[in-house]
Amino acid sequence: MSIRVLMFGWEFPPHIAGGLGTACYGLTKGLANHDIQILFVMPKAGGDEDQSAVRIINASDVEMLEHIPGQNIRWENVNFMEISSNLVPYMTPDVFEKAVQESICTKENTDKISFTNKYQFSGKYGTNLMEEVARYAMIAGTIASQQQFDIIHAHDWLTYTAGVVAKQISGKPLVIHVHATEFDRSGENVNQQVYDIERFGMENADRVITVSNLTRNIVINRYGINPAKVITVHNAVDFQPGNSGKEERPLKEKIVTFLGRITYQKGPEYFIEAAYKVLKKYPNVRFVMAGSGDMLGKSIRRVAQLKMATRFHFTGFLKGDDVQRMFRYSDVYVMPSVSEPFGISPLEAMRTGVPSIISKQSGVAEVLKHSIKVDYWDVDALADAIYALLSYPALSKVVGEAGQEEVNNLKWDNAAIKIKHIYEEVIHNN
Amino acid sequence: MGKRHDYFDDYTNAATIKRISEHCSPMNQLLLELIHQYEGRFKVSFSISGSALEQLELHSPESIKSFQELAKTGCVEFLAETYYHTLASLSDTDEFENQVKQHVQKMQELFGQTPTVLRNSSLIYSDEIGERVARMGFKGMLTDGAKHVLGWKSPNFLYTNAINPKLKLLLKNARLSDDITLHFADKTWSEWPLTAEKYADWLQGSTAKSEIVNLFMNYETFGEYLSADSGIFDFMRYLPQELFARDEFEFLTPSEVIQKHQPIAPLHIPYPISWVDEERDITSWLGNELQTEAFEELYKIQAKVKSLDSKSLKKDYERLQASEHFYYMRTKLFTNNEVRRNVSPYESPYEAFINYMNVLSDFTCQVEEALKEQNTKSRKNDTHPQKGNK
Repeated sequence: MSIRVLMFGWEFPPHIAGGLGTACYGLTKGLANHDIQILFVMPKAGGDEDQSAVRIINASDVEMLEHIPGQNIRWENVNFMEISSNLVPYMTPDVFEKAVQESICTKENTDKISFTNKYQFSGKYGTNLMEEVARYAMIAGTIASQQQFDIIHAHDWLTYTAGVVAKQISGKPLVIHVHATEFDRSGENVNQQVYDIERFGMENADRVITVSNLTRNIVINRYGINPAKVITVHNAVDFQPGNSGKEERPLKEKIVTFLGRITYQKGPEYFIEAAYKVLKKYPNVRFVMAGSGDMLGKSIRRVAQLKMATRFHFTGFLKGDDVQRMFRYSDVYVMPSVSEPFGISPLEAMRTGVPSIISKQSGVAEVLKHSIKVDYWDVDALADAIYALLSYPALSKVVGEAGQEEVNNLKWDNAAIKIKHIYEEVIHNN
Repeated sequence: MGKRHDYFDDYTNAATIKRISEHCSPMNQLLLELIHQYEGRFKVSFSISGSALEQLELHSPESIKSFQELAKTGCVEFLAETYYHTLASLSDTDEFENQVKQHVQKMQELFGQTPTVLRNSSLIYSDEIGERVARMGFKGMLTDGAKHVLGWKSPNFLYTNAINPKLKLLLKNARLSDDITLHFADKTWSEWPLTAEKYADWLQGSTAKSEIVNLFMNYETFGEYLSADSGIFDFMRYLPQELFARDEFEFLTPSEVIQKHQPIAPLHIPYPISWVDEERDITSWLGNELQTEAFEELYKIQAKVKSLDSKSLKKDYERLQASEHFYYMRTKLFTNNEVRRNVSPYESPYEAFINYMNVLSDFTCQVEEALKEQNTKSRKNDTHPQKGNK
């Protein structure tokens, strides 16, 4: 018998802002290959998602639960009030009404608290994120009461509450999938609300899937979750043929690339400091930092301060074909992340045959053999590795070729098999 | 690069050699007891690299004393090898000859013996290497005798080099050696536990129509790979007794084998072999492009280093040739028995390569500078007397 999964996500190709959508896409495709039916719920579906593997429900099209007669009583069993005080009102009819009154009084968000039964989700990370999380959870309850499924699977903290609600309404087991934790996103300056939702989801889940052992340890140590129910399933990469084609390059110098959000988590400053050291020994090279983020300004200033702006370039945010072209132009790809639960981008670089250097503090380091690994803070080791890949053709050839082969063998199919086993075990125990 | 030139991790070396010497000292003690007990009928032979001896001299002088004591019994033979356990025999420079000479000197100094038999690093051997060894005046050499290297031939006879028949070859009996080094403590092995009696029976059975059995083992087997509680020391204590009880065995050192036995055929080994891996080839050191590039770059500067006066640079150069640097760069899949044998300090072959190449480039810069200095000095020295003549 095939397993029916009610899956909650936040993004799905082509509408993606990060690795989560890519991972959900690869994973659902892999699961569909193994006789698993998925009903994927996401806010604000665009209608142009690839639905070959999954059926996608636009959460904006679902009527809210309060208005379905006879369902009210079940809300009393739902215990996720602790998310945030201003979200509490939405959970029971009378408090809901009170909140509406307050909102009308303060004239805030009147457009958001709509009296139609459908709520328009923005589908983006925004200022009303907590509100959207709660709304999404309510929609989840409705869907859970209307659909037939055997298990619930929720991706990342935005959907954990939805997953828990669906579990309490339906009595079906819940698997949550941790692609990142608040500690990865914010270092030690953790947002307590987000942390609480994450822990609430983990505690209420029957199984917690983490994308790496690095993340698994965080879940166990920082969130106090029972290790027995936390299982690592590494991400993979979709093989897209025709990526490794050679292309006329605009510059004759070799290019070393950083591609990702320019934020604390990605370690851009270590890339800059290493570039400075490499240029002293190997002047005939260019460094490219592709992406945007809150550390972009600081990064540009540092590059200017080090007087290497003629050798160090910023491209801004790249997407689609530009990303692929950037990989094809590159001779070395560097991911010096301070904290990276997994990190799919080096896999994409390696798929085009570019040798990569990744930080040991990344989940992807657990699955890659043919990549050079350094501690993110060890700027000397990073500079050594870049210098070596530029200077010794034997090294870049071996790492590039072996890496390409290795990455093409990381299949979503294998991840899907592991997850299927988790489903089977959890359903069996339920 | 370019700042500090202390390329070698002395602290880790010290810790490692101390651990190994502590674990192996009971074996030295046991061998000494056996030699006394059997009044010269029990014999062993050692091949110890100059680097190991230097480390022992620094960190465990009592081990040196204990080897010297063994040497004094007359029942222990010391073999020659490359001083720093290098792959120099695979390069076409004269490094190999130099390093062997250095090692012979060390044997004379420490143990008062002049080796006549050579054991190359990891038993690496080819017709050509054997010929070089013969030209250096050695009478014999050790190498591997794995089945797929020998074909139908048995390792249990004496052979000769294919080019120069004066050089005799002793081949490792791989199966009987591995039964001790690899299988002794393996409880999943069908023959576990291995007793001295059982092993002596095997020796007797497998050697019915042959002359010699060469058991070559890594010395760390005793006490380090196989701990005392595996029973290895008891096994070794009773083995001679079991063999002497069978009346057809005697212990000989390699040079005694060569004197006493006649070779039965020349052995053709056109491409280098070793005792490492299933393949018994040299691809663990020179199998991928990283290793070949590093090897080529290393020997490219040989002539320059040779012309230097600096003893310390010459010594660094030889240490840079140590075979393990290349072993750490291997990308071949590890098989079970290699994992414990060669623990790499690097997390990946790429790190090993990067570190090695950066050290080598730095070293090359130092050599260039030293040469320049040397040339200016000698030019000055040349010009002075000329001025005097005028």
